[in-house]
Amino acid sequence: MSGPSNRSVYGRGIRDALPFVLVVGPFAFLFAVVSAEAGLNLLEIFSFSFIVVAGASQLAALSVLQDNGTALLAIFAGLAVNMRMAMYSASLTPWLGSLPPLRRMFAAYLMIDQTYALSITRYEQSPEWSLRTRLAYYLGTATTIMPVWYVTTTVGAVTGQSVPESLALDFAMPIAFLALIGPALRTAAHAAAALVSVVASLLLAGLPSGSGLLIAALLAMMTGAQVERWMERRRGTAA
Amino acid sequence: MIGGPVLWAVIAALGVGTFLIRYSFLGLIGDRKMPEWVLRHLRYTPVAVLPGLVAPLVLWPAATEGETDPARLIAALVALGAGWLGRSAVWAMVAGALALYAGLWLEGAAGW
Repeated sequence: MSGPSNRSVYGRGIRDALPFVLVVGPFAFLFAVVSAEAGLNLLEIFSFSFIVVAGASQLAALSVLQDNGTALLAIFAGLAVNMRMAMYSASLTPWLGSLPPLRRMFAAYLMIDQTYALSITRYEQSPEWSLRTRLAYYLGTATTIMPVWYVTTTVGAVTGQSVPESLALDFAMPIAFLALIGPALRTAAHAAAALVSVVASLLLAGLPSGSGLLIAALLAMMTGAQVERWMERRRGTAA
Repeated sequence: MIGGPVLWAVIAALGVGTFLIRYSFLGLIGDRKMPEWVLRHLRYTPVAVLPGLVAPLVLWPAATEGETDPARLIAALVALGAGWLGRSAVWAMVAGALALYAGLWLEGAAGW
């Protein structure tokens, strides 16, 4: 016997993801309402969210089409917004890469900001977890979030009603992610990476389709790795 | 009016392309060992992507048309600080939400 059961870890994933319902729900609503106003029908809106599962890129593609841009440009804009997920994929590979191909594909479909951020945080806290336990946690977070994504998309498309602005749920996403970042700032290297990420993304905010974020993230990863090496070297000379 | 085959082509292409981005490293590398320098960089992915993702939303919220909002800015700092000090994401979210609503209520009361 070693570590918690997969069932209890699955349940923990479900529970940990609950606050993110407030992030994903309003975002699905927003996309559904904007697309309904743009003239999309229920089947189109639902398929869009079900197939792509990436709200920001869906909104980007939709706004290109609304501005009479070509389909190619809409696809390009949407994909550019999603390039950060290649980093998520690389970052999850040491933890989930040993899964059989079909399960890796399923994990890829479920890979969104929320499932990624929750899972990688737990994996780093519990490196002793087995492969199956890691998958159980990942699927737990998705079990909470994906149905909310599908259902609120549908409800938003049918009712055309957005969440009232007075609830300020626009800010649920920053708060939820910042709450995850806090505990992740374990070393000076992590803090330096986060700082570079913030400064660079603000300076590069004018670049199109999330490319500023990509550059900022790469710079931040290099910063983290470099500071880690410095700290190791300093410890080496001190010893 | 948007719709018809063009829309479906965009949905399909964006769906396939996004899946390939998500599957990329997970699919191609799988359980092969990555070199130490790559792993060293990947360790910082969460703290490299997520702060940059939210920083513009914190400083220039869409809800206030990009105007920096003291209530949102303070709530963001509270969520980050509480998570850092308390090491618990859930309590940090609660603290951030409370700070946000308290700040918005104060702004409303002060008539800002």
